Amino acid sequence: MIVRILGEGQFKVDDAVAAELNQLDTDLETAVERGDEAAFATALTRLLAQVHAQGTPLPPDILEPSELILPHEDSSMDEVRKLLTDEGLIPG
Amino acid sequence: MGVMKRVSLVFKAKANRALDKMEDPRETLDYSYQRQLELLTKVRRGVADVATSRKRVELQMNQLQQQANKLQDQARKALSMGRDDLAREALTRKASAQSQLDELQTQYAQLQAEEEKLTVASQRLQAKVDAFRTRKETIKATYTAAEAQTRINEAFSGISEEMGDVGMAIQRAEDKTAQMQARAGAIDELMASGALDDVGGRRDDIQSELDMMSANSDVERELARLRGELTAGAPKQLEGSSGAPNGDAAAAQSSQASQGYQGPPQQSEGPYAPQYSPPQQGQQPQQSQQQAQPAGLPVADLPGLADEPQDGDGS
Repeated sequence: MIVRILGEGQFKVDDAVAAELNQLDTDLETAVERGDEAAFATALTRLLAQVHAQGTPLPPDILEPSELILPHEDSSMDEVRKLLTDEGLIPG
Repeated sequence: MGVMKRVSLVFKAKANRALDKMEDPRETLDYSYQRQLELLTKVRRGVADVATSRKRVELQMNQLQQQANKLQDQARKALSMGRDDLAREALTRKASAQSQLDELQTQYAQLQAEEEKLTVASQRLQAKVDAFRTRKETIKATYTAAEAQTRINEAFSGISEEMGDVGMAIQRAEDKTAQMQARAGAIDELMASGALDDVGGRRDDIQSELDMMSANSDVERELARLRGELTAGAPKQLEGSSGAPNGDAAAAQSSQASQGYQGPPQQSEGPYAPQYSPPQQGQQPQQSQQQAQPAGLPVADLPGLADEPQDGDGS
């Protein structure tokens, strides 16, 4: 499975790790829904650490879309909310 | 559905919408490639912009550091002249310059990190663009309408995600640079206002007061020197007691010292001691100049030596 961390590039992550990532992702989502900035930061940090630990960087000349895309390390909750809307941060 | 999945779907939706706009799939390839090249140019310009901004901050940090050092020196000088009030003012300004400096340092580090990230992003994009170009040429060469659409879609979505990512990275870097420039502008204004005391610009109040005090103490030193000269100039005193001039000098020094000025004693003690010892040794040859010339010190030099205290002391 290919995971992108925005601003860092793509990582290849074993499918077995996916379940773990999904759990952390649920925490992240809950935090965003509740507007809990502290929980958001914790979940994001753990998620990124997991991808860094378990993933291997994908060579840059491979043209593959990612299955999962993670916000960059110092993203604020507000930025992530905008990422989730179609009109948000991602340039057309 | 989690955040990660949703973000990736948003990226894909954008790519698909762009694809749908094109009628001929091959047109998509060329159009997309053009946009990739534009983005590459943009990201490289972004790196250059951040670097320019970083250099400006570097310059400003140097200026602030010089100012802080200068104020520190002024404080030390003021303190040695017994002017605690001036020293305190200098240190207060130094603290202000230092806090600006600390803030700049933090932002400088951020800017540097941003520059590195953007450089890496531009290299990554370059690799993807190269891969895309290769794929594009292959697709065009073996073009059959049936499979083209799928392969084009693959290539396109593979790179459009990267482009979206890089686009955001450029935006972030631009935001940081703008913040930094606003900050740098504010510090420039602060420096111009004199609140931090302008380095090398107009002379500030602390410096002019220190200069005035220093000029006063120069007068005192000159006075002491002249006094020393007068006493040293009397030949009887020289012959009678070689210790006398030193004693006078010491007296002059102690009068300076009582004004809180510590500088000259070490300076003037040096010249005096060696300057007065030659006449002692030279007394004998001077008396028996004709008989024993080779044994003595070069007699002709003696007046010169006696003159030297005046020149040496003036320094």
